[in-house]
Amino acid sequence: MRGFRGMLLGLMVSVGAIAGAKAQTVEIEYWQYVFDARVKAMNELIKRFEAANPTIKVKQTTFPYADYQTKIAAAMPAGQGPDVVQLFYGWLDNFVGAKFIQPLPRDAFPPAMIEKDFYPIVSAMKRDGEYYALPTAVRSLALFYNKKLFQEAGLDPNTPPKTVEELLDMAKKTTKRDGAGNMLSAGITLDFPGQDYHWWRETLLRQNGGQPYSDDNKTVTYNSEAGAKSLNWYADLQRTHKVGQVGFMDEGQAAFRAGRAAMTIDGSFRLGAFGGIKAFEWGVAELPASADGKKANFASYWVNAITTKPTGEKLEAAKKFLAFVTTPEAMQLWLETVGELPARKEAAETEKNLNHPVYGPFLKALGYSHATVFVDEMAQRQVSLDMINRVLLQNQDAKAALADAAKAEQAILDRFYKK
Amino acid sequence: MNVSSSRVDARSGARLWSGLGMRQKQVLWAWSFLAVPVLFYAVVRFYPTLEAFWIATTNWNLLTKPSFIGMANFKRLMADPVFWQVFRNTALYLLLGTPISLLLAFIIAYHLDRVRFLHGFIRALYFLPFLTTAAAMAWVWRWFYQPVPIGLFNNILAWLGIAQQPFLRSTTQSLPAVLAPAIWAGLGFQVVIFMAGLRAIPTTYYEAARIDGVSNWTILRRITLPLLKPTIVFLVVFSSIGFLRIFDQVYNMTSQTSSDPGGPLNATKPLVLMIYQTAFSSFDMGYAAAQTVVLFLVLLAVSLLQLRLLRDR
Amino acid sequence: MSALASPMALRFEPGRVIAWLLLFGGGLLMVTPLAFMFATSLKDSSEIYDLAFFPAHPTLENYVTVLSDGRFLRWFLNSFGIATVVTLSNVFFDSLVGYTLAKFQFRGRYLVFIAILSTLMIPTEMLVIPWYVMAKNFGWLDSYWGIMFPGMMTAFGTFLMKQFFETVPNDFLEAARIDGLNEFAIFWRIALPLVTPALSALAIFTFLSNWTAFIWPLIVTTSKELYTLPVGLTSFAVESQVQWELIMTGAALATLPTLTVFLLLQRYIVRGVVLAGLKG
Repeated sequence: MRGFRGMLLGLMVSVGAIAGAKAQTVEIEYWQYVFDARVKAMNELIKRFEAANPTIKVKQTTFPYADYQTKIAAAMPAGQGPDVVQLFYGWLDNFVGAKFIQPLPRDAFPPAMIEKDFYPIVSAMKRDGEYYALPTAVRSLALFYNKKLFQEAGLDPNTPPKTVEELLDMAKKTTKRDGAGNMLSAGITLDFPGQDYHWWRETLLRQNGGQPYSDDNKTVTYNSEAGAKSLNWYADLQRTHKVGQVGFMDEGQAAFRAGRAAMTIDGSFRLGAFGGIKAFEWGVAELPASADGKKANFASYWVNAITTKPTGEKLEAAKKFLAFVTTPEAMQLWLETVGELPARKEAAETEKNLNHPVYGPFLKALGYSHATVFVDEMAQRQVSLDMINRVLLQNQDAKAALADAAKAEQAILDRFYKK
Repeated sequence: MNVSSSRVDARSGARLWSGLGMRQKQVLWAWSFLAVPVLFYAVVRFYPTLEAFWIATTNWNLLTKPSFIGMANFKRLMADPVFWQVFRNTALYLLLGTPISLLLAFIIAYHLDRVRFLHGFIRALYFLPFLTTAAAMAWVWRWFYQPVPIGLFNNILAWLGIAQQPFLRSTTQSLPAVLAPAIWAGLGFQVVIFMAGLRAIPTTYYEAARIDGVSNWTILRRITLPLLKPTIVFLVVFSSIGFLRIFDQVYNMTSQTSSDPGGPLNATKPLVLMIYQTAFSSFDMGYAAAQTVVLFLVLLAVSLLQLRLLRDR
Repeated sequence: MSALASPMALRFEPGRVIAWLLLFGGGLLMVTPLAFMFATSLKDSSEIYDLAFFPAHPTLENYVTVLSDGRFLRWFLNSFGIATVVTLSNVFFDSLVGYTLAKFQFRGRYLVFIAILSTLMIPTEMLVIPWYVMAKNFGWLDSYWGIMFPGMMTAFGTFLMKQFFETVPNDFLEAARIDGLNEFAIFWRIALPLVTPALSALAIFTFLSNWTAFIWPLIVTTSKELYTLPVGLTSFAVESQVQWELIMTGAALATLPTLTVFLLLQRYIVRGVVLAGLKG
């Protein structure tokens, strides 16, 4: 009985699918935030996808980063918005909680396949045995350095710092000030709300023997000796050594791009923007290790998910599209256009990619990277930002600042996990 | 729209219409003129006002149905340290902004009123900023406040040999730094209003005083200021409301790609920005509506208090 | 010009010269931000760090970059169209209501007047949440109508027009009534032309405040194509990743239209603003 009904149902669905496909083209909508290279890459992927699937049309809509979540939250309840959506991996719980996205259909995206082919950081997308989203590309952090400023300071432009001690030493040598001591060019940019808060939490903290969160991610654990040590080391770059200054040139990336900073820590997604620099040559290196050689890095990624909106043939189209943008082919295109690293191991770890002077350092980091599990990335970022502001603007003691931050962030985690 | 429909009415009921008296016709005309506006005010002003009070008593994230929670949002507000910080900031915007801008505007207007040479040109210089878009000028000022090597103010300080100031990156300087462009943009309006007020004072008062040999200072205190009172009342109320509702400058000068709107450490966040974030970033509609009710009460209290104080004296 | 200027104008007084110089200097300071904005918009990106006021090699390159994709033009047209429609609506309805309240005798007149006036006490920020909900329910989010509907009439304009219509002598209107004009024609053809200064004041004030409006368009629009100029500028400034010469160009483009109109119509604008300010 059950078998018969199942067969009938299957028959109806497939007849429906065929009839639908023949009758008309299906249009699905794809949303992502504005970032020139990403939009360009996606346009190219859509073009190729539509060529392979003539009955499906994909419409891409983009918003500025600052408004992106707001726009999705406004559109989804009204029954508008995307069928396939790009989101930051840290927003996943918010999106699942608000019922914006659905689990990836197991027929098209079996969990075993995902776990075999993708980097393990993707497991952060798994909730109760179901995967909710997949990345096209992942990113890690690296050190960008200005070869011209290195040379001017008498340093070898091809030997970037390998340890944090060397980093500090080179930052001291490359910092430039005017007669009154005002900074003209920074040794290293200090931009906590940029990428430095990841650098501190996932790299510096771990290198000092700490751990940001408990293994189940439900408890903040950075309020520790290692936390204070690493936060003080970071803050001393400005407080004691004066090799960097928060707010110098408004943003760290702006300072580096203008040739006003010898070093900056940033993500692989910045490669496109820095590619336009003509005034000097720059290089990329792995994040400096600790004195005892400990390495750590932060990986993050944007994922694509299917929203709760599409059903029937639109859902089928959405599945096809999502599968297409996570193929190795799409990943290589993303790497070459956006500079973000393939999320599948086979696509990433080719001989050519690993030895690439720019991609290499980022790719090598994927092996020792951690992806923080955020429950509310915006709010948690604000906590970190307030913490460093208390230390650097109000001269609060690092331990007290850490205690405040841990308390505030724990409250965010508690509110979430209680639900 | 209302007019044409009333014409149709008039034609179809022509006999009825001609049977009406002059006064009754007038009444019909009046209500036909008012029909659309009365509907508009009911739907777009009064109903939303009541709704704001209602939403303030609910817990609502736009996705689910609002649930009534009584005064809980207000209790939460009273216990929220960020709210008190924001409340303090908003008061500071008002208490710094209104006196400084009015004093400056009065001094300028008082002297400009006596100037003949290039009068129109100088007035235009002061008035121009009033016509700018706050969102655009906020970015210009934000640029001025940068540290060396790009910030204008810090470069001037460096040139004078004075220490660098953090401006927007400080918890103490950032609020005045955000306030400055707001004062700057509103000054021209206040100057021209003051000048219009000064012009309205009859010359005979001054002539009489001058014959009596009264000093300029006394004339200012005894004649000019008392007679300017209606102008001053208007400007105090008008600019106070403006400063209490400050938003554009703060939003544009403190938020960025790596956003910290109202920062650092909430040092610049005014009530309207808190409302905006609560409602349209966190979608905590009930809590945001409760904040708007507080804003409403503050505005009401400040306007009534000022009218009272300035009228009595 | 002024009460005090005439008897002393011919005497040389050092105090007055100093006062003039200070006023003039202050005026120049007032426009410094605008001057720097324009000067920087003409600079090449490599030049913005040297603080010379005048660009060494003035270039329109930034304008080409900013204008090339057409979005500023679109935002400009949006702002212009929205401000125009809202202004026309205000000029028509505010004067119609003001006229009715000033010149008609009927029961409920005072109530309507007080009701409209009382809306002045309600800050728009209190209404944005209900308006947003309303726009969402009616499907007005992200539409021109959604941006415009809250401002189609204002209590301020109504009050202003009422005050002016009260100064229009009733005899004029009675004469027209005897000539057989209907009430709308009396309003439109007789009363309205008598208050043109007030109309232009209202138009200028309404246009200006809609041209610079920020928070509501920011909330209600999602598509870039529908942004108004201030909202568009904000998103542009954030996207340009702190390239100040481009941000200054955008700011200059947002400021230029009003400044140009002001320089052409200075006298009317100042008078209109004063009129609206004092009577409203």
